Amino acid sequence: MSARAKPFSVTALPGFTTVALAVFFLLYLPIATLVVYSFNDSLSIAVWGGFSLRWYEAAWQNAAVQEAAVRSLVVASCAALIATTVATMAALGTTRRGRFRGQTLIYVAINQPLMVPEIVTAVALLIFFAAIKVATGYQGLGYLILAHSAFCIPFAYLPIRARLEGMDLTLETAAADLYATPWQTFRRVTLPLMAPGIAAGAMLAFVISLDDVIITEFVKSAGQDTLPTYMLGQLRRAITPEVNAISTVLLAVTVLLLTAFFLLTRKRG
Amino acid sequence: MVKVFGSGDHALRALDDVSLTIETGEFFTLLGPSGCGKTTLLRCIAGFETPTAGAILLSGRDFTAEPPNRRPVNTVFQSYALFPHLTVAQNIGFGLEMLGRPRAEVAATVERMLALVKLEAFAGRRPQQLSGGQQQRVALARALAPAPQVLLLDEPLSALDLKLRKEMQGELKRLQHETGITFVFVTHDQEEALTMSDRIGVMSEGRLLQIGAPREIYNHPVNRFVADFIGETNFLRGRVAQDGLYLATGERVGAAPPSGARIGEATLAVRPEQVRLEGPGDPGSLSARVTQTVYFGTDTHCHLHLADGTEIIARLQSPPSGDVGLAPGAEVGVRFAEGALQVLGD
Repeated sequence: MSARAKPFSVTALPGFTTVALAVFFLLYLPIATLVVYSFNDSLSIAVWGGFSLRWYEAAWQNAAVQEAAVRSLVVASCAALIATTVATMAALGTTRRGRFRGQTLIYVAINQPLMVPEIVTAVALLIFFAAIKVATGYQGLGYLILAHSAFCIPFAYLPIRARLEGMDLTLETAAADLYATPWQTFRRVTLPLMAPGIAAGAMLAFVISLDDVIITEFVKSAGQDTLPTYMLGQLRRAITPEVNAISTVLLAVTVLLLTAFFLLTRKRG
Repeated sequence: MVKVFGSGDHALRALDDVSLTIETGEFFTLLGPSGCGKTTLLRCIAGFETPTAGAILLSGRDFTAEPPNRRPVNTVFQSYALFPHLTVAQNIGFGLEMLGRPRAEVAATVERMLALVKLEAFAGRRPQQLSGGQQQRVALARALAPAPQVLLLDEPLSALDLKLRKEMQGELKRLQHETGITFVFVTHDQEEALTMSDRIGVMSEGRLLQIGAPREIYNHPVNRFVADFIGETNFLRGRVAQDGLYLATGERVGAAPPSGARIGEATLAVRPEQVRLEGPGDPGSLSARVTQTVYFGTDTHCHLHLADGTEIIARLQSPPSGDVGLAPGAEVGVRFAEGALQVLGD
């Protein structure tokens, strides 16, 4: 009898540990540097001049940063709300039934923003919204909110669909059996059960919107900088550690929201 | 009632001309192998399926077109289908709440139901925190709380282990007795059906083959399927004559045929516990040879070869020693208990 062959495992390859460590190093060292230098008391972003919160203070008191931050939060909140609502309906429409004709086509259509290069969407939106701007004269934040809603939909859709697919359909039958009308069944059983998926989808959409540069850069009207496009504009001129400070705050918000996302989508033990 | 799934060549007649009247306050069991249509029939009564043809009447009122939420019928699901986001008490109160009953009434009924299924200490728990047997009792309480006219039970005991299942069988009988609600119980377990039911409907391939009390179904099965599905049965090729029942080999094995039996060749059936063993060559007995004995604890099954090669089983009560004293190859005489032979239709 020969010894039982070991199944192939990538962890058993020579140098696996080294490569893994190198990759993690490359991923996290720049971010760590950014965070550390946000507390730098020096004007230069390359020379350490002692610990200080001065760049946080400077960013906090900078009117342009304040304005951009508020705009970012408004756009992200509105976009997350719209995208999550649409995604919830899309998820309900695509999962509460058996397979149907054109199902794959609909999945592709919903997830289109994940596949089409962002720059293409950005240019398309620029041209499309320019025509509307000329026709209506409206210059407000609506364009940004709509554009962000559109590309956030798949990010909200995927966790909600995953949640619905794992749900026992008998529960809805049971609710109907216990005198619940279709609306009551949705309100009292389906919605509470899919709520963690909806919350997770909303958070992901929020983070994705908060972080967007390309589409925002193309769609925004004059004076409509969001935090990321403001930072991009700053980097074109003089690089100050203020950008580090803003980045660190964005990083903290994102990590917080993504942690909440993973907690919500985790299977219950 | 008829229920057809699909159409054309793929059509499946899940219910084929089923007609059934269930009495108020009855414990009625639909019994049959999986795929026989018993669950489809239950789902039609609950309103989860619409019959292709036919009607469902409850106390004379036609409910065929009503959705499930407008039928005074509740279901205990095989998977229990308890709402995981609600507590035990909220689960039990769900039906009454949907009916718009006042808060105080809901609370009082939930209290009463918790006592009925002996789960007072678990009112605030979530279903996932309960054992299978406790979840089962919550499902029962939830379905009984709105005091439905009919309670439908879809193989509710199949997920429980044997000991718990026996316990719940008694529990179900008690609940039915205390509430006086009509129970329609679906199972593929013939023992469950025999011990719990007032009447049983045996189904196969979408048809209702026989409806009757447990004793009637067991002792007077209408055909081979029913005889075979419920309990164990020995089948013998034989003949019905004016003056008695004969085996194909010519021996007379029973008294004058029951009235109504057709004269001619027929299949005879006899339960293993009605087969008596005697000494070889005893007058009036069939000669047989023991092929093997199988010990079951309370009984011992004795496999026998009759002279013409027909194999039959005799169920003997195990003696205190546990050994019935019949070695393979032993010659014995076989006699059937008076009135034990049944003449079967096709």
